Amino acid sequence: MASKLLSHSHLRVIYSSNTRICSNPTRATRALLNLRPFSDSSSPPPLEMPQSHNNTINDTGMGRGSTPSLSSLKELELVKFASIAETWWDSEGPFKPLHVMNPTRLAFIRSTLCRHFGKDPNSARPFEGLKIVDVGCGGGILSEPLARMGATVTGVDAVEKNIKIARLHADLDQVTSTIEYCCTTAETLVEEERKFDAVIALEVIEHVADPAEFCKSLAALAVPDGAAVISTINRSMKSYATAIVAAEYLLRWLPRGTHEWSSFLTPEELVLILQRANISVREMAGFVYNPLTGRWSLSDDISVNFIAFGTENSKYENK
Amino acid sequence: MNRVIVRKLAANVARLRVQHEFFCTDAAARVSGSNRSHEHEEKHDFSNNIQQYDIAIVGGGMVGMALACSLASMPLTKHLKVAIIDSNPALGSKVCFKKEDPPDPRVSTVTPATISLFKDVGAWQYIERHRHAYFDKMQVWDYTGLGYTSYNARDINKEILGCVVENKVLHGSLLSCIENKDFQKTIYPSRLTSMTLHPRSSPMGMDSTSSRTPSSSLRHLAKLELTDGNSLYAKLVVGADGGKSRVRELAGFKTTGWNYSQNAVICTVEHTDGNQCAWQRFLPAGPIALLPMGDNFSNIVWTMNPKESMDRKSMSEDDFVKDVNNALDYGYGPRPKSSLLGNEDMFSWLRGYVTLSANECFEVPPKVVKLASERMVFPLSLMHANDYASKHVVLIGDAAHTVHPLAGQGVNLGFGDAFALSRVIAEGIAVGTDIGEVSLLKKYEAERKLANITMMAILDGFQKAYSVDFGPLNILRAAALHGAHYISPLKRSIISYASGEQRLPLFS
Ligand SMILES: Cc1cc2nc3c(=O)[nH]c(=O)nc-3n(C[C@H](O)[C@H](O)[C@H](O)COP(=O)(O)OP(=O)(O)OC[C@H]3O[C@@H](n4cnc5c(N)ncnc54)[C@H](O)[C@@H]3O)c2cc1C
Ligand SMILES: C[S@@+](CC[C@H](N)C(=O)[O-])C[C@H]1O[C@@H](n2cnc3c(N)ncnc32)[C@H](O)[C@@H]1O
Repeated sequence: MASKLLSHSHLRVIYSSNTRICSNPTRATRALLNLRPFSDSSSPPPLEMPQSHNNTINDTGMGRGSTPSLSSLKELELVKFASIAETWWDSEGPFKPLHVMNPTRLAFIRSTLCRHFGKDPNSARPFEGLKIVDVGCGGGILSEPLARMGATVTGVDAVEKNIKIARLHADLDQVTSTIEYCCTTAETLVEEERKFDAVIALEVIEHVADPAEFCKSLAALAVPDGAAVISTINRSMKSYATAIVAAEYLLRWLPRGTHEWSSFLTPEELVLILQRANISVREMAGFVYNPLTGRWSLSDDISVNFIAFGTENSKYENK
Repeated sequence: MNRVIVRKLAANVARLRVQHEFFCTDAAARVSGSNRSHEHEEKHDFSNNIQQYDIAIVGGGMVGMALACSLASMPLTKHLKVAIIDSNPALGSKVCFKKEDPPDPRVSTVTPATISLFKDVGAWQYIERHRHAYFDKMQVWDYTGLGYTSYNARDINKEILGCVVENKVLHGSLLSCIENKDFQKTIYPSRLTSMTLHPRSSPMGMDSTSSRTPSSSLRHLAKLELTDGNSLYAKLVVGADGGKSRVRELAGFKTTGWNYSQNAVICTVEHTDGNQCAWQRFLPAGPIALLPMGDNFSNIVWTMNPKESMDRKSMSEDDFVKDVNNALDYGYGPRPKSSLLGNEDMFSWLRGYVTLSANECFEVPPKVVKLASERMVFPLSLMHANDYASKHVVLIGDAAHTVHPLAGQGVNLGFGDAFALSRVIAEGIAVGTDIGEVSLLKKYEAERKLANITMMAILDGFQKAYSVDFGPLNILRAAALHGAHYISPLKRSIISYASGEQRLPLFS
């Protein structure tokens, strides 16, 4: 199962090497489109696929206690990686929408997890004692704040380059240097029988081959009564117009078929497949973009981007 | 509780724990002897004497201390490790105020908004133990005798319009407030000399005067070097170092502004009776303000050209008192009558809005009988930093803006900055944001720039209108004053804006 998800034809990882995409960011839809790329803009187009399965596993050496492996790197290499990391971490760069959205989605995660785990919402590190996995962590935009909030974070991504960037950036700060990053997949973690209090996968599910199987893996990673938080883009006309028609057909930034609009999930579908994976969705919120302030806020409008919080409930089922 | 470490020597070895017993009225010097102090100290000695902080506040003046106090009082920020850098001895030594001493001439008029912020962080109770003077009335008039206006707290359904407090009491209260909180702060009695904000962008090894290259986690921090040879690292550097801010200069923030070529002469004076009203009279060279200070004392802030200010500083006390009385009453022109140009009907169309205080007659300010302090002279200028924030650095208080002391807004704007910044930091921490991140700091900038620029424009406009002496203009501005006296809705917005309520007259 894991290998199936990792094979090239199944992994819908989309690369946009094009920053023109954000040249007209006045519209929310543009901003949403910007959510799609997740390689740095300097890398050549188009599909840069993750390393073979074997490779990804071997690469987990980049994880915990990375300092020795870092010191074995050449200065020049460090500088090179640092400059790439700047792009994932450039809040004005291609990943701007993720950066801008971050406080909003973290506010959702903070409030739902604090309530579920009975944590003190006034604490600066409310997630102290919680093990959280960030599936599809990319450059670590979400993993780092989670670590600052006290969580013991494991970040995984299928793209090795992302993991390297994430590692490098996290090492800049003592608190985030504790994050464990691995180039692997949710499925492999399941095979390794890893368990987490909370499983988080933001803006990832629309890129996986089989969302239902993916959700089952997420559920399998959660401890009984653990939490799951998933966010994605709705299958709306808006997203169709921007991500598919414009980017793939008219502008040809992306190879045709990179995005499969049909693979976007509606909130109802997500609730359903999570339910089948023994995750009951308890709360859902939409993100709305205000072009005037350039900020996102939580709302009950789930027509474009939405985030769901659920709890693992297999123990009730199995009784 | 009281964990204060004062750094004295470059060697980072000799360290003094100073028990701040700021006020004599406080219980006799407590001995900390707490083990926690020790723990805290030990933590500082980690890895190769590298001093690392979450926040370094450069400048422990009123605004810098307000920030520290606010950080210390919020659940999400009180865990932060904060360094305060300032060579001002008031931060390190035991200072005593006696209530019998005549008040210091350096005072601030704090607005109701500032008072409620102080109450929120628990600092106002310390002010209340010392000299402070609330006032609920303010009279503004000018030397032409053509108009006057009086503001009353009742007009805006408030108890008070403001409170006059000595700067040393404001500063000391904030210090005491922090002392009594469980807060990790380290005071460096020194001054900032240089700052490296993005050490990563310089080739590695460049800044390694030390034998060891900084570990990678240090490369993410701002590095500060002090006059005493100490250096420290921080995620966020706050420039609270006043109008001539070194932080602003080192961060490369440009400023806009000008000197007014005016000086302010300030001093404390005594009356035979108490004064409960704030008075301001516009004279050809600038305004003179008489602020109540409690007991029979008042504070004078008198704006004039630099030459006059030197004369008035050096003249005999008796002559000076005579000049002050002249300036506050009959000098330069007659007392205003209660009507403008003998014809109140000019405002008949506004009759419906006449407020209570409009019916109050012009009053003569209390006579000054004695000078009660030295006379001090300050040059006045208007300055605004084009940016308040970039990666790892942010400006607050006079470092970001200086205004004409006309309406006593200077430090209130600074307090507004300090409390806004600590709130933004708390909001960032709530969602795990790196506190040096520019997107977070820009939120603070956006919020405060609007408030500060608006107030600066209002004050600058006022000062311009009153610093020229053209006959016809005098009548116009008297009309404006007189008008302001009667046009209640406008007047209400003026007072509420001047008293720190954030709503703009224009936008409300
Ligand atoms: C004549 C006059 C009258 C005024 N009247 C009023 C009034 O009635 N009401 C009102 O609200 N405001 C008034 N103001 C304005 C008010 O005094 C200022 O706005 C206020 O003091 C600003 O506080 P601050 O903490 O930002 O700066 P400051 O008070 O200037 O404090 C700056 C601190 O930084 C320290 N520092 C400077 N450089 C360095 C360095 N390189 N390293 C380390 N430390 C450094 C200094 O030692 C100082 O302690 C008046 C100002 C003047 C001149
Ligand atoms: C849009 S990014 C989101 C990054 C991050 N979660 C965030 O929200 O900031 C999607 C990420 O998911 C990763 N990804 C896609 N499919 C994956 C899979 N099957 N397993 C693990 N990671 C995957 C991609 O490499 C990419 O980094």
